[in-house]
Formats: sequence, structure tokens, C-alpha cells
Amino acid sequence: MSDIKKLGWKEIPEGGLIAKAGNSATYETGSWRSVRPVRDEEKCTNCLICWVYCPDCSILVSDGKIKGIDYSHCKGCGICATECPVKAIKMINEKEFTD
Amino acid sequence: MANLKELSKKEEILSGGHRLCAGCGASIVVRQVLSALDDPVVVANATGCLEVATTIYPYTSWKSSFIHNAFENAAATISGTEAMFKSLKRQGKIDKEIKFIAFGGDGGTYDIGLQSLSGALERGHNFVYVCYDNEGYMNTGIQRSSATPRGAWTTTTPAGKVIPGKAQYHKNLTEIVAAHNIPYVAQANPWRWNDLIEKARKAFYTDGPAFINVLSPCPRGWRFDSKDTVKISKLAVQTNFWPLYEVENGVWKLNYRPKERKPIKEWMEAQGRYRHLFRSENEHIIKEIQEEIDKNWEKLLVKCGEK
Repeated sequence: MSDIKKLGWKEIPEGGLIAKAGNSATYETGSWRSVRPVRDEEKCTNCLICWVYCPDCSILVSDGKIKGIDYSHCKGCGICATECPVKAIKMINEKEFTD
Repeated sequence: MANLKELSKKEEILSGGHRLCAGCGASIVVRQVLSALDDPVVVANATGCLEVATTIYPYTSWKSSFIHNAFENAAATISGTEAMFKSLKRQGKIDKEIKFIAFGGDGGTYDIGLQSLSGALERGHNFVYVCYDNEGYMNTGIQRSSATPRGAWTTTTPAGKVIPGKAQYHKNLTEIVAAHNIPYVAQANPWRWNDLIEKARKAFYTDGPAFINVLSPCPRGWRFDSKDTVKISKLAVQTNFWPLYEVENGVWKLNYRPKERKPIKEWMEAQGRYRHLFRSENEHIIKEIQEEIDKNWEKLLVKCGEK
């Protein structure tokens, strides 16, 4: 589930500080999902509307182009599929997938 | 205007793995606002959905400096931090530019944090305050706040035989803040992302206090499907429920004018929290709310010099 084990009182940093910024990235919220967004690369125009509306920072973009969807954090809200201007994203029931 | 390709190249300050609900408006607002930044930032966060869901121990979703504080004092915390920064700069102990922002929900801004916000605005600290307004205490289970609109169901204004949802209109916080005569005040919405990002950029790079009130649709509390968050925020603007405007150095400017004003009924029909208003005995309430919205819109047009 994550790289953080349950720490004993001797190991917890003083004041309960969290030593690594942004470490929630190691916590997977992808298991909340019941429908999965699947992107059609041919239809996609890389307009990045899905990226700007994603609540879970789950549209992976590199150099202005969409590289994929971060399924370990995507909660399957479906905003990307609803807002895509060219309908390049479809929401598919998780039951259809075996992984 | 904001260019998404350029914005997507910046490192995101909020990371995934936060535990806000699927389709939550708050994280969309935070991502859009912070994408306007070119400098390091210190974030203070009033108690609320955003704070509890992004800082569940031993995790944090924040890659920037982040100050965890109580419900009522996000604005006081950030003003103290900004004062310290100014002092360190004066002493020559720090030389880079740092921005300061406080996020609060409507509970932490309209209600509980109003006095500390007012104080920080009056003292003129150089900071940005963003209220993500989801119109209720959603984090504790959908209780009414002074931002909850009239007629809406919440667990403390339950619609039934006795009352038809909340009896009062929501308070106009944006105008209350504008009355402090600070350099920059705006009202925005995640649907118009370019408008919101541009407003955030202006707010960060204005000298002195800046405030943005952003509507943040809540799928759980407003009772709609998580995929419709952006659609609902679009309806809020098209029905004039949530007009987009800014007040820059005392000058009011309307940023978006719907071609044709949609009836408020369309915004209500899309949300389960208004379902009871469509019963015949409650229909007069919809009419009254429509009249109130039209009246407020006319007043806003006058202020913005559109009339």
C-alpha cells in the first residue's frame, strides 16, 4: 500500500513531522474507482482540458502531451470523459478489466 | 491568457493520493490557482475538507511549505508568516521572492474565520486568500453555513413538512471583502479555468491583500453525480447564481456575461439538495429565488458600469 510502515514511538520524528513533502503520492486512491477512464489516443487532440479539470492530478502530461492516466490515484469521477471536447475518453466498468 | 501546455510543464504543488471525494471541486480549484505561480509559496489552510483530506497522518499532499492551523485563523497565520518574511528580508537573511496563500472553505471563511480575514485585509499584508465555497460544512456531514443558498437541503436545514430547506439567502462575502478596499477581489469558478488562473496570477502578483471567492461544487453535499462537477459550475454562471467579476483597485469589472440567462430552475434541477422545491407547495420559493438573483444581477451590472 505504501512505503510508510507503522512507526514505533522511538522512530516517529519529533512533533510528528512528516519528513517527505507530497508523500501522499505513495498512497493509492485508485482502488476507490468503479469505472475507469480509457483514452483513445487517435481521437485525443492533447488540448489538456482533462488535465486542468482533474481533481486527482491523474492526467500524466509530459512536454504538453498526454502520456497516460495515473490509475493508482484516479478515483474514476468521470469529469475528464464528460468534459473532453472530442469525446476521446470513455468510462468503462472496472469489471471489464482483469488487472 | 493562460496557456495549458505551458502550465502543464510546471511542477504541481498538490500531489495525488489526497483523500478528497471523487469529483471534488476543491482540488480542481487548488490545482488551477497554484498553477498561476512562478515563485515558491507558503500555504496556510483553515480546517475544512481540503485540510483534513490532504494531510491525513503520516501523509501530506503538499510539496510546498504548509501550515496546519485551526478553523478561524488561516488569515492570521498567513499574515504572521508574511510579516516574518518581510522582517527576514529587511535583515538580509532571505533574498528570494516567496508568495503567501491561505485556503479556506466557506465555513472557515464566511463564518468562523471572518474576523481574522477582515483583520488581515485591513492590516494590508501581502497575501492571497482563496475561499473554495462548497456552500456548507461538507467535511463534518453537510451542515448549513452562511454560504448555503436559500432553499437548499442540508442536515441542519432538513427539507420536510416543517421547513423547505434553508430559509435564508447566502451572504455575499465577495462584496463584504470588496468593502475593505483592498487592491484585488474577484469571484471565480473552475469551469472558466482561464478566468480563474488569470485571477490567481493577478492576486499573487498584486502588492497587498488579494481575495478570490471560488465556487467549488460538492457532489456529496449538493447531491449530484461526480462526473458533473464542471457542468454544475457552468450552470452556476449561466444562471447568474455565481457571476464572474473582479474589483481591481476599486474598479468593478464583469468578466463574463451569459448570452442568455438560464432560469435558476436549471441549476436546481441538476442537484438533489433542491429536489423538494419542485413540489407544488414549494414552487413559490423558486420564483422568489429567481427574483432575488435577477435583482442582484441588475445591481452588479450597475456596479460594473454595464448599465
